Amino acid sequence: MTTTPPPAAAPESLLAAPDQASQAQISAEIAAAHADAERRVAAGEPLPTTLYDFPPYRSSILRHPTKNPRLVDPETIELLSPAFGQRDVAAIESDLTLQHAGEPLGERMTVEGRLLDSWGRPLRNQLVEIWQANAAGRYIHQRDQHPAPLDPNFTGAGRTVTDDEGRYRFTTIKPGPYPWRNHVNAWRPAHIHFSIFGSSFTQRIITQMYFPGDPLFALDPIYQSIRSQKDRDRLVGVYDHDLTSPEFSMGYRFDIVVDGPDATWFEPEKEH
Amino acid sequence: MTVVPPRTHAPTPGQTVGPFFAFGLGYPAMNQVVFPHSPGSLVLGGTITDGEGAAIPDALVEIWQADADGSIPRARGACRRDGHTFTGFGRAFTSDEGRYEFWTRNPGAEPGKAPFFAVIVYARGLPNKLHTRAYLPENAAALAADPLLASLSGEERATLIATRTPDGGLTFDIRLQGEKETVFLAY
Ligand SMILES: [Fe+2]
Repeated sequence: MTTTPPPAAAPESLLAAPDQASQAQISAEIAAAHADAERRVAAGEPLPTTLYDFPPYRSSILRHPTKNPRLVDPETIELLSPAFGQRDVAAIESDLTLQHAGEPLGERMTVEGRLLDSWGRPLRNQLVEIWQANAAGRYIHQRDQHPAPLDPNFTGAGRTVTDDEGRYRFTTIKPGPYPWRNHVNAWRPAHIHFSIFGSSFTQRIITQMYFPGDPLFALDPIYQSIRSQKDRDRLVGVYDHDLTSPEFSMGYRFDIVVDGPDATWFEPEKEH
Repeated sequence: MTVVPPRTHAPTPGQTVGPFFAFGLGYPAMNQVVFPHSPGSLVLGGTITDGEGAAIPDALVEIWQADADGSIPRARGACRRDGHTFTGFGRAFTSDEGRYEFWTRNPGAEPGKAPFFAVIVYARGLPNKLHTRAYLPENAAALAADPLLASLSGEERATLIATRTPDGGLTFDIRLQGEKETVFLAY
């Protein structure tokens, strides 16, 4: 008979504090917050898709506004956005596997998608920025204390500008999940951070793209700060075999739809 | 009157910027909307604080503004500054003391309107972006006529109006929560 050895322990200094919540407690808080949001929405209260007041995400407790945002008519400056173009980025910035002398370790992948507005129209010449952990779940950021290896051939940051169909494409390495100290044994599902500009400053969005079937989804207070399942599903990239390159890389599709008030609808130019 | 057709695509939800954004979102001269010390330049700065008044050292602020004559910049190059083109966009990370700073110039506005910087704040621990406005403190008539400011209490209004410093700079503190919480916007 064999006995399973206990899992290896992280160095003492990296363990969560003993007074932190267990995953079971965080999961119960997530369920309660979702149920509360559902009740309030059913009662007619307008709640944001991503909840600002979401205590299972502990560092949000003192950082979220307590008042509802003020609804305003956007002024002209807010209805437009900074102009970007190819001069703002170098072509190599969209390939995160080519930024060093050697090839990074991990599962090579491409992520491709279209940037659309609420009416399905492509947004051209918009800046898309991404950043991520390496295959071992470690960020190059100096404050990342996770004792997983850095990869000398991987930085994990990329930029591109959308083309005439609103399309962007990055080549990278699939990031690993990583621990954080929100609660005891807290792990983020693997994700890529995305920063996107729309044609209106009101449409600006920073979000995260996840990977299909991640067992950490239900446990993660950041992913679960989005209160409904159908909206959470929108952040999961879709495996697309047509984007997979034979003998080379796995392909994921991640389309992004920016929000924005009705004022972001501009009448299409009339044909002359 | 423009008829807005029904939307066909649901928006992608936003998420927190997280703790490790600096290496992904930083670029040279990102907070220099104008070249430092160039004619008409000023420093727009402030501190971002939480519900206990503690400084937030891992926040990110973006500004987007009209030029001094009220025109809206259409020039490209905000990510690759050439030192003279005015793109109207800037990005700054807060310091360990929670302070952000931009080199920029006063925005203008359409005639009769109150000039402001459009501001977005992101931070670790903040589940999604927050929009606000930093109005210039001058031109009392335009401020009084502004529909947003007119809808606010005196205390709320004060959170959206920058303070002019003796050297011509602007101070705009942002309080994410608590007493004197900044007024944030939805469109
Ligand atoms: Fe992350």
